Amino acid sequence: MGAYESRKLAIPETHPEHEEYWEAAAEGNLILKHCDSCGEYHYYPRELCPFCKSDKTTWKGAKGTGTIYTYSVMRKGGQYAIAFVTLDEGPRMMTNIVDCDLNGLHIDQRVKVVFKQSGNQDNPGPFVPCFTPIL
Amino acid sequence: MTIKGRAYIAGAFEHPIRKAPDMSVSTIHAECARGALADAGLSFADVDGYFCAGDAPGGVQSMVDYLGLDVRHVDGTDTGGSSYIAHVSHAAQAIISGACNVALITMGGRPRSEGRSGVKQKMVGANVPDSPFEFPYGPTAVNEYAMATMRHMYEYGTTSEQLAWVKVAASHHASFNPDALLRDVVTVDDVLSSPMIADPLHRLDCCVVSDGGGAIVVVSPEIAKSLKRPLIRVMGAGESIKGLLGGKADITYSGGVWSGAAAFAEAGVKPQDIKYASIYDSFTITVLMQLEDLGFCNKGEGGKFVADGNLISGVGKLPINTDGGGLNNNHPSSRGGMVKLIEAVRQLRGEAHPKVQVSNCDLALVHGTGGGLASRHGSATLILERV
Ligand SMILES: [Zn+2]
Repeated sequence: MGAYESRKLAIPETHPEHEEYWEAAAEGNLILKHCDSCGEYHYYPRELCPFCKSDKTTWKGAKGTGTIYTYSVMRKGGQYAIAFVTLDEGPRMMTNIVDCDLNGLHIDQRVKVVFKQSGNQDNPGPFVPCFTPIL
Repeated sequence: MTIKGRAYIAGAFEHPIRKAPDMSVSTIHAECARGALADAGLSFADVDGYFCAGDAPGGVQSMVDYLGLDVRHVDGTDTGGSSYIAHVSHAAQAIISGACNVALITMGGRPRSEGRSGVKQKMVGANVPDSPFEFPYGPTAVNEYAMATMRHMYEYGTTSEQLAWVKVAASHHASFNPDALLRDVVTVDDVLSSPMIADPLHRLDCCVVSDGGGAIVVVSPEIAKSLKRPLIRVMGAGESIKGLLGGKADITYSGGVWSGAAAFAEAGVKPQDIKYASIYDSFTITVLMQLEDLGFCNKGEGGKFVADGNLISGVGKLPINTDGGGLNNNHPSSRGGMVKLIEAVRQLRGEAHPKVQVSNCDLALVHGTGGGLASRHGSATLILERV
């Protein structure tokens, strides 16, 4: 009952200011918006820093590792694990936990990023960052 | 400018329908409007302010036209299921400023007939800034609230048994409500043995999906005193929006910490003074966390607070949702705020079912959370007094 099953990820709507994010994802890299004014990372990415409202925000490469802040395994209508992962850079992001026994998940578990392509073969979308436990 | 004591709820109506395959949403709104105005002893011609949220087809433009209203003030604020609680406070502000004297607030919907449910992917519109970074992961109403539950359990030791007591109380109250969708009294074991929907929330931790609606009429003090209904005075209100705070949010609390504090401060009362509370119950966790956030108990102690029947009228310290709430009675349009208002009005008027009526109920609180507990939500708190 806990085995990971591949599922179709909905294709995200893309906005011009996120082009770099999706390009990096296609190459297997997670990048984050960093504010050069206050020094904080934020997620999801924005042009204006949500903390100090500066427009001096730039993309920076993330380590791609973090810990599970919370999660839930959907048991009805297709099993999958949704989660918030606290990245080692600080911010939390919504994601899916994949490629593992979903019954073995727990809060504070160490995880690393893996990318899954959204959509399907006929209509492929961007790669999106998911996470899997670090063994 | 305080709203304290400067506006009154004069009319309330809850549509008895729970499954409406043969009615349009606008018809439900219209029937609720007629019911609430009749309850107040007013007519459509008296209405000079109109309020509705995202469930109203076509918003204020279509609804004012459809209802044939002649209004000089409208407000289409939408903070999800908490909207109508905020509307009462906005109506009070409008009345004080002279923008209107008789404010009509309507809501209605038919998610059950339309086949919507809390396990389906949320609908998102174009250009919503957060959706590209959430939509692919399959957030639904249930798994978002489940994530908040999981973290609350982890930090505070909250248990599924404690959450189940919220449902037990709701089912006890609903057993006296002939209109309630679910009327069977359930036990803690019944909740725990119901199917898991999204860990750790069971089916019986989730509210019903129902059709229906309701309406409220808010009026100036002069008009309230000219009517033959009990006087229900607006004493304090608060509202807030809580999001993910750039990725730094603690999801074990809700925006109720801000809306609640504002409402209590304006009313000049404390949680211990409240005789009855309508607490938004989209899920059992929603109630537990909001009771903490509103100050009925300390953060992390909601589990102990809700256990052993403490929310059951006549049994526990804080009777809530004596109509059966969203967990058992109805959750029209998947927006519970309107029904929460209506049961608080019934309690303050002494018109609740005798088996659940709180004796000498002169001070009540209404609180709603609309949206996602683990992402973005609007909170609204209202404190009402029977004069
Ligand atoms: Zn900044």
